[in-house]
Amino acid sequence: MTSQHSPKRPLETDASAFQLPGFTLKHLLGMEGVSPRDITILLDRANAMVDVSRRAEKRRNTLFGRTLINLFFENSTRTQSSFEIAGMRLGMDVVNMAVQTSSVKKGETLLDTAQTLNAMRPDLLVVRHSAAGAAALLSQKLGCGVINAGDGAHEHPTQALLDALTIRRSKGTLEGLTVAICGDIAHSRVARSNIHLLNAMGARVRLIAPSTLLPSRVDELGATVFRRMEDGLPGCDVIMMLRLQTERMAGAFVPSAREYYRYFGLDSARVRLANRDAIIMHPGPMNRGVEIASDIADGVQSVIVEQVEMGVAVRMAVMEALMGAPLDGGDDA
Amino acid sequence: MTATKGKPGQQLYRNARIMDPASGLDMHGDLLVQNGRIVRTGKNLPPPKKGGAIVDCEGHVLAPGLVDSRVFIGEPGGEHRETIKTAGKAAAAGGVTTMVMMPDTSPVIDDVSLLEFVRKTAKSKSKIRILPAAAITRGLQGQEMTEFGLLRDAGAVAFTDGHKMVDDAQVMRRALTYARDFDALLMAPHRDPSLGRGVMNAGLNATRMGLAGIPREAEIIPLERDMRLVAMTKGRFHASTLSTSASVEVIARAKDKGLDVSAGVALANLTLNETDIGDYRTFFRVSPPLRDEQDRLAMVEGIKDGTLDIICSNHDPQEEDTKRLPFAEAADGAVGLETLLAGALRLYHSADVPLMRILECLTVAPAQRLGLKCGRMEKGARADLILFDPDHPWVLDDSELHSRSRNTPFQNARFSGRVLKTIVLGRTVFELKDQH
Repeated sequence: MTSQHSPKRPLETDASAFQLPGFTLKHLLGMEGVSPRDITILLDRANAMVDVSRRAEKRRNTLFGRTLINLFFENSTRTQSSFEIAGMRLGMDVVNMAVQTSSVKKGETLLDTAQTLNAMRPDLLVVRHSAAGAAALLSQKLGCGVINAGDGAHEHPTQALLDALTIRRSKGTLEGLTVAICGDIAHSRVARSNIHLLNAMGARVRLIAPSTLLPSRVDELGATVFRRMEDGLPGCDVIMMLRLQTERMAGAFVPSAREYYRYFGLDSARVRLANRDAIIMHPGPMNRGVEIASDIADGVQSVIVEQVEMGVAVRMAVMEALMGAPLDGGDDA
Repeated sequence: MTATKGKPGQQLYRNARIMDPASGLDMHGDLLVQNGRIVRTGKNLPPPKKGGAIVDCEGHVLAPGLVDSRVFIGEPGGEHRETIKTAGKAAAAGGVTTMVMMPDTSPVIDDVSLLEFVRKTAKSKSKIRILPAAAITRGLQGQEMTEFGLLRDAGAVAFTDGHKMVDDAQVMRRALTYARDFDALLMAPHRDPSLGRGVMNAGLNATRMGLAGIPREAEIIPLERDMRLVAMTKGRFHASTLSTSASVEVIARAKDKGLDVSAGVALANLTLNETDIGDYRTFFRVSPPLRDEQDRLAMVEGIKDGTLDIICSNHDPQEEDTKRLPFAEAADGAVGLETLLAGALRLYHSADVPLMRILECLTVAPAQRLGLKCGRMEKGARADLILFDPDHPWVLDDSELHSRSRNTPFQNARFSGRVLKTIVLGRTVFELKDQH
């Protein structure tokens, strides 16, 4: 695996001139192997960014004049907007590369794209790609910091960080909490990133899914596996639901949406199995009535909307940290 | 056939040879039934309470009713071949008190509403218990899993694509994996759709007759595949109908490894071989095909030593139109409900398999594998019973079959042993008429 830590490879851009004390990452490719200290630095800074986003003047020009390229090979309006807003609030020039109309469609390889982008001298690249390992590949070929916004079924580190921030703000800590991740684990980069982060921070991870949606030996990543909601939910502080792609409910992995909801959907009866103060999360977009009941998604225990807000804060924090911007800088701009 | 309405209260079956394979009990004595349930067995039991009935068994064998794990019925969609009603009558005449109905109907039993319809129809039209198995894949197409959880909750006793195996290994893998979460049993025959395209056992006979052969490998290769998939997924699996000696070895190895597998054999493959086809007799065209005598003996040995668990009728009614054809163009399948016990008793009379073991393979073994609390004579169990004379000589006349189709390979066959009485929940649902 490619190292996302700075000491191993010097960067060519000016950004390397900054170095945040104690922070070791130059790329954010995944949560696997990221230290609790780096995670804590990111979460602490993200927590401060929440206040920035809540005030009337949301600009914070710590990264003024730097260039952020959003390179999304898969459509995702939500995630792309979140990164775009984060970059703009830090004063960056944000460019969204529309892959649908770019030369990728004309047969350019990922490495050709990387070389082309490199020549434009970006400071940060955010990439989403359907192939696992795509972000790591780009990080090897580009002179700038790379943030993985989802690579296949591998990792989606900013989602895990925003989930962690949401939990921390609700529960005060991650340590010692019992977190159930429910649903399509097999195809989920969100699940993998969360498993790594939660383990690093001392939470206990449970996975609840039908066996067809559990990848081989997933328990060895650091989780206890359950095949029934009724078995896995009791004692949980956090219930994290995953989206089930429609094409996977047509008999290949799960027979039908109605059977999935019957046995794995989160409804009020199942919520009651967890701890009384359990919070309910979903990375979105939700399939209401498939993995989660509407009244639960909109209920008092749901923090799903807050997750979206935390997304911008976390991405701001990640960009600043990777660029080595000091926390107290920029607010006067 | 006379069906006496069961009276509330007690029935005492007296003077019987009571054989219960579940407990190994084999004694001369009496059995008391109350409200459709077995109360006790013993010697010289007191007469039943007032209003109760006494049945003199005249020393014949009283055993649990047969459980047939593989029965094709035409209803819905093929009522000209067999209805639930006629299948129920045939079963009762053959001593079968519980049967598993295959989902190969039209429409296919692959959703909850049809499953419920079939269960309801079976309850009202049949005196014996008919339990539907649901399809593994939608429309038996081998692609998309059915709703195992909902179907099982609605009463599907097992899952099978009936005549077909699941050809796609990935689909089979996922089905085994998903079924495990619901503790559901998958059952399948093994006949590779491309390799098994022939019409009779591959070999000298097929060569001489100019017929396309079905090599043994058409069964062995997919069976080996499924054993690997069961090992990989830790699923529950029953190989419905095996026919080759090598298949028995495959099952023995799988059981040695501790896999949750069981195996069945159709009565035809235990009692007939390919030479019975004779002059292109299509009623001997069955699937799996009749193999040679060595294979037949290996199946008998497998039943005897316990490698094979279950004997089934593989009852598959076919109309004249699909059978009175040149051999290569005829349909597979033979009726078998009414000859299941009599045919199986051939193995007892030939001294190949003890009577108790034969009964075990026809009663408690399938019941246990299907998770049914029947096929045994313990206190509180369903009073589903048969009374049979293991030595009663008779000749099968196909005009007397209760089944709507008469495609039996046993026309004019001589048997020793016949069902005299079939009892479901304490009610007599079949009684043999006096023989002239």
